[in-house]
Amino acid sequence: MIQSDLFGKLTLSAFKHNAIEMGASISMVLMVIAAVTFLTYKKLWKWLFTEWLCSLDPKKIGVMYLFVAGLMLLKGLIDAAMLRAQQVLSVGDSYGYLSEGHFQQIFTAHGTLMIFFVGMGIIFTLFNLVVPLQIGARDVAFPFLNAVSFWLFFAGFLLLNTSLMIGEFSEAGWVGYSPLTESKYNPGVGVDYWIWSIQIAGIGSLLSGVNFFVTIIRMRCPGMTFMKMPIFVWTVLATTVLILFAFPILTVTLGLLSFDRMFDTHFFTTGSGGNPMMYVNLFWAWGHPEVYILILPAFGIFSEVVPVFSQKKLFGYTSMVWAIAAITVLSFIVWLHHFFTMGASPNVNAFFGAMTMLIAIPTGVKIFNWLFTMLRGRIRLTTPMLWFLGFVGTFTIGGMSGVLLSIAPFDFQAHNSLFLVAHFHNVIIGGVVFGFFAGFTYWFPKFTGFKLNETLGVYAFWCWLIGFCLAFFPLYILGLMGATRRLSHYDAGLGWQPYFIIAAVGVVVIFAGFGFQVLQILYSIKDRKNNLDTSGDPWNGRTLEWSIASPPPLYNFAIEPNVDSIDAFYEMKQKGDLNKHPHYEDIHMPKDSPVGFLVGALMFTFGFAIIWQIIWLVLISFIATVALVIKHLCYDDTEYTITASELEKTESKRNT
Amino acid sequence: MTTDHLKHETENYNKTVFGFWVYLMTDCLLFGTLFVTYFVLQHSTFGGPSGKEIFSLPFILTETVVLLLSSFTCGISGISVNHHDKGRVIGLYLITFLLGATFVGMELYEFTELVKEGYSWKRSAFLSSYFTLVATHGFHVSMGLIWIAVMIFQIYFKGLTWIVHKRLTCLRLFWHFLDVVWIFIFTFVYLMGAS
Repeated sequence: MIQSDLFGKLTLSAFKHNAIEMGASISMVLMVIAAVTFLTYKKLWKWLFTEWLCSLDPKKIGVMYLFVAGLMLLKGLIDAAMLRAQQVLSVGDSYGYLSEGHFQQIFTAHGTLMIFFVGMGIIFTLFNLVVPLQIGARDVAFPFLNAVSFWLFFAGFLLLNTSLMIGEFSEAGWVGYSPLTESKYNPGVGVDYWIWSIQIAGIGSLLSGVNFFVTIIRMRCPGMTFMKMPIFVWTVLATTVLILFAFPILTVTLGLLSFDRMFDTHFFTTGSGGNPMMYVNLFWAWGHPEVYILILPAFGIFSEVVPVFSQKKLFGYTSMVWAIAAITVLSFIVWLHHFFTMGASPNVNAFFGAMTMLIAIPTGVKIFNWLFTMLRGRIRLTTPMLWFLGFVGTFTIGGMSGVLLSIAPFDFQAHNSLFLVAHFHNVIIGGVVFGFFAGFTYWFPKFTGFKLNETLGVYAFWCWLIGFCLAFFPLYILGLMGATRRLSHYDAGLGWQPYFIIAAVGVVVIFAGFGFQVLQILYSIKDRKNNLDTSGDPWNGRTLEWSIASPPPLYNFAIEPNVDSIDAFYEMKQKGDLNKHPHYEDIHMPKDSPVGFLVGALMFTFGFAIIWQIIWLVLISFIATVALVIKHLCYDDTEYTITASELEKTESKRNT
Repeated sequence: MTTDHLKHETENYNKTVFGFWVYLMTDCLLFGTLFVTYFVLQHSTFGGPSGKEIFSLPFILTETVVLLLSSFTCGISGISVNHHDKGRVIGLYLITFLLGATFVGMELYEFTELVKEGYSWKRSAFLSSYFTLVATHGFHVSMGLIWIAVMIFQIYFKGLTWIVHKRLTCLRLFWHFLDVVWIFIFTFVYLMGAS
């Protein structure tokens, strides 16, 4: 009795796992111990706390997002490799090396973390790093809220990884369909880990959406009207609109599911009048916009990269903006195409199928705009451009298989098959991931002051591209042969094994690509003296972020820029209109604060307690969070001033 | 106060109020989703009671009047803020707080009565969605009450500085927003459910 009061459902058996799971958790513990030892040995704790954990600077918060996304990408890749290895081995009489339940946990974890922590992580990395610089702002609209968003994201990430060591993760797939996720069929804590890790991270994403929407609407520098914003900023604006409309639905859906599990309500149950299909509808009413939340910023990145490396202005700026707007609207009226097989009437399916096909039009407009930008340009074939070219090929194939799936009768055949898995990896890896890599290479010198090594970047690109084709094209064939997704065992007579072997080889090649990227970063840091960017404008850039030093000073812009055309910085360079005798004014900057970090820590505790139903800890951590936030919000003196004379001193030091 | 400083404060004020509007719109979607769930499930009574059998309209009307009155006192406090009448602002917020607390109290009473009669959220999908929708509104009002209490202390100790003024504007927006949501609950859940 006392034990359940103190620890809820948490008992010693939560720490017992099979050998493979133990291996994973031990290696994670070792990584944490190694990090702690390193920090202690180098006496870096104070630096970590004051410079990073308390920081409200979006440039630092962006780097922290990147750190989490990078770790999660590695874990997601390892998960993928484990899944493919199982599918190669588990044929006929052999049952592979993973237990059924463990296999299910791995594909759930793979999907969940790739979407919520890698996908969302990399878009928030670029929101934080690039948006303020491109609109000529010194900060985001609400710096403290921005830190809170990040730490909620981090709390969700920690919860997900805690499930490796304490208890288990969900076995119900990353979409968590009810009634499978109801407590009747899944009484363990796995589903609760899934719910609370994405619920907490999702609330962080929602707050970020509010923050960046307001930042772009209200904090653009003088002269930057909407139709003079860089396209990347346009895509971020569209993305934040999607976040504002979609994430509240996710919050409610997960909330209702957790009520079903904790308080015996009947929203999605099979009995007592509940409606499981409502879960599926609500989930995808968030889930489809989410797809565009991930891909639109990638479109924005390519719209920056292609003009710069073609040395020409973007073809069809206005049509690009309207294409983004069209995609934003359409993405809300296609959710049903994720479950044509629900049994809605043919008319309903036809409507959603037609709307889905319609999205191909604005997307096609964009592809042609980029290609026409390259036409007769002086193209520099750097790695960001290679990623773009890789994207055009793979994304177009992925898009076409998507149009196939939008035809309801075809979808009935390919539903839940590996054809679908191949399709969405085709657009997400080819689109989001390649897009991010292009942006990463492109903006890397801005934030570090040196460029990445080109040769290793090219190796990484080819490994990713070839590995991607090997890993996913066989899945199209397998899907058409009838292989369903999430399959841990199949008969030898089906003849699927060779395709799974090719797919597994593809994963190994992708790993090599990831390895080259790690090597590229390490080598470039070591070799940075040869690749220094002293001008702040290494690529002959066109937008405002290239007009300031690399890495940018804390306040980004010493003088608020004034803009009168689309490629503002490029025009300034052409006219020789760079301010030589600046007039400085006082700058107000937000003071750093540990409260965001503490809120994250408390929400992690809250999540952990509610998963294990440790009631006293739930109450304490919730009340503490509210009290802490109230205390912080009562504080009036949140800013400090950098005076004009201090500014002049630092700036003249840089210019000499 | 320099003009530069004044400009900075005005910008800050406008930005925060706009941001709060945007937040309220996301909250509006949150309620929208709960309303949709309610509409889908309102007839899934599963042998339990329907709205007609459990809603007592006179009681709900009283609740509604109490909440609308609180919105009125909260609204006119805005005029007193502009007149820098600190005492009256505090007085009006105290009244708002009491009315809001009465509203939450009445709602809790309604819920306890229902649970006592065996009509809790566990009984049917209709009751699950009803309790969740109404209680989410009630939770928002309770958070608003904490906010009002904190602001009363701030006005008392800090006076009506521009930063307190900014927070009061957001608070009033929040309180009126909850009123609007309640109007929808009153109409779609209670009036249409009881007819």
